[in-house]
Amino acid sequence: MSIDKETVKKIASLSRIAITEAEADAFVPELNQILGWVEQLGEVDCSKVEPMTAVIPNKLRLREDVVTDGEIRDKILANAPIAEHGFFAVPKVIE
Amino acid sequence: MTEIFEMGIADIRSGIADGDFTAKEVAETFIARVSAAKSLNAFLVETPEHALAAAEATDKAKAAGETLGKMAGVPIGMKDLFCTQSVPTTAASLILEGFTPQYESTVSANLFKAGAGMLGKLNMDQFAMGSSNETSAFGNVISPWRRNDGGNSYLTPGGSSGGSATVVSGRIAPAATGTDTGGSIRQPAAFTGITGFKPTYGRCSRWGTIAFASSLDQAGPMAHDVRDCAIMLEAMAGFDAKDSTSLNLPVPDWEAALNSNLAGKKIGIPKEYRVENMPAAIDALWQQGIEMLKDAGATIVDVSLPHTKYALPAYYIIAPAEASSNLSRYDGVRYGLRDLPDGAGLQDMYAATREAGFGPEVKRRIMIGTYVLSAGYYDAYYTQAQKVRTLISQDFDKAWNSCDLLLTPTAPSAAFGLGEKMDDPLAMYLNDVFTVPSSLAGLPAISVPGGLDGKGLPLGLQIIGKALDEQSVFNAGLAIEERAGFVAKPEQWW
Repeated sequence: MSIDKETVKKIASLSRIAITEAEADAFVPELNQILGWVEQLGEVDCSKVEPMTAVIPNKLRLREDVVTDGEIRDKILANAPIAEHGFFAVPKVIE
Repeated sequence: MTEIFEMGIADIRSGIADGDFTAKEVAETFIARVSAAKSLNAFLVETPEHALAAAEATDKAKAAGETLGKMAGVPIGMKDLFCTQSVPTTAASLILEGFTPQYESTVSANLFKAGAGMLGKLNMDQFAMGSSNETSAFGNVISPWRRNDGGNSYLTPGGSSGGSATVVSGRIAPAATGTDTGGSIRQPAAFTGITGFKPTYGRCSRWGTIAFASSLDQAGPMAHDVRDCAIMLEAMAGFDAKDSTSLNLPVPDWEAALNSNLAGKKIGIPKEYRVENMPAAIDALWQQGIEMLKDAGATIVDVSLPHTKYALPAYYIIAPAEASSNLSRYDGVRYGLRDLPDGAGLQDMYAATREAGFGPEVKRRIMIGTYVLSAGYYDAYYTQAQKVRTLISQDFDKAWNSCDLLLTPTAPSAAFGLGEKMDDPLAMYLNDVFTVPSSLAGLPAISVPGGLDGKGLPLGLQIIGKALDEQSVFNAGLAIEERAGFVAKPEQWW
């Protein structure tokens, strides 16, 4: 299947990446080339194959349900572009 | 005596232990080498004070008669994918410019605990996405190697661990950390005539390592030789409760068990790795590798890994899919860049921040990943790729019925010139053809220098082993190292 400019814009929107018209135009052949190439996977009969979930057999561990971390608010906020009153600050989201 | 800057980990360790020189002299030597190599653009941040402090601690411990750590007095380069406390970490991306981690990655913490110091943070492909170190937001890394044609054009050190490859091959640092998602330790090691090791998935903790594709990412050492890689991996590896895929197994003493006698070992030669248009020099090197392993006592057998040709396309679905998910965290809210156009709302801020912060290759992979995970395409692309990944892993399992290790070339070419492949993403992706299958299967693999091509550039041989059998991989690598007699070094022109 081949993707058009509208699809490119939709993917960019889902990816939360702003793109210009010119960038969208440039992405069309590029993504089509790459997706066309990966489509060869369709040749492989996988009807009886389970998808890979872990390369090395390994069970997810459970741990005690206790607090192991905390009291590091200032460290967490240290790299925020804008932090106010002990919170991350973002543009107004509710009118 | 060999000059200090020519030494690797083992030589530095014994020199300090024997009192031939102090750790401080070692640190000062390499700090001067770093300062003199700025034109190669290998370091994003220099941390001489860190290297000196670690050296002082080593000298003090030695004076007090304490037992020294495995990496005591060895100043290393740190790939900028590892978060280092109080030292800026960007993964070579503008989106993390100004980010200063408040914590230490497990791998770097382990190395520091073993006595290593840090010379600085190394340039790399942005978010480790690239095979030539040309996707860095902070400029290309230049290889110390040049072709012998007198043209002196700049060559790639490979990628994504390009800074690591440049500093180790240029004797600017005795060793460096790397990370490998589809070949990012092994291919740059091959391009620069050094040794690079990717352990079994789960040996090294991923905690504090900036994520690219979590089911594939593994840290590993890049160093002068097999012994140095074994020493350094012992220091890096180990169980970590903070990484859910960390293997809860003891770290073997790989260095002590090094043994290049391969009697009784069977080495498989996978026929599917004979790709079209492979340069004659690489085919010849592969043959020489076979002879070297025979000479070490191994038996050579032909094996088949029938799904090899599907490894790259599967990888270029799985890795971008995981990347699109992992990189969703860069939102301009919690750390890194924020681009807030006048009057913009939250959604516009996300889009503007990510537009300004990510480089073209990163955007390309996020877009592909988003597409293959989107409603209606998930099964056709992502699930199918994960099924093919199962088949690729089963290919290896079947091969292990008739052999213990595999021998292949590391890369399908020698280092290429900067700028030669950047306009064709697909051609760049094909560079990982020999390294991606073992990444998809989580297997340990090493690249050791085997020889030079007609233009005087290094070529690498790859040994792939069974999961958790790092020892056999090290041993076969050592057998090649002892026989290849690779002593070529780049002439210092920078």
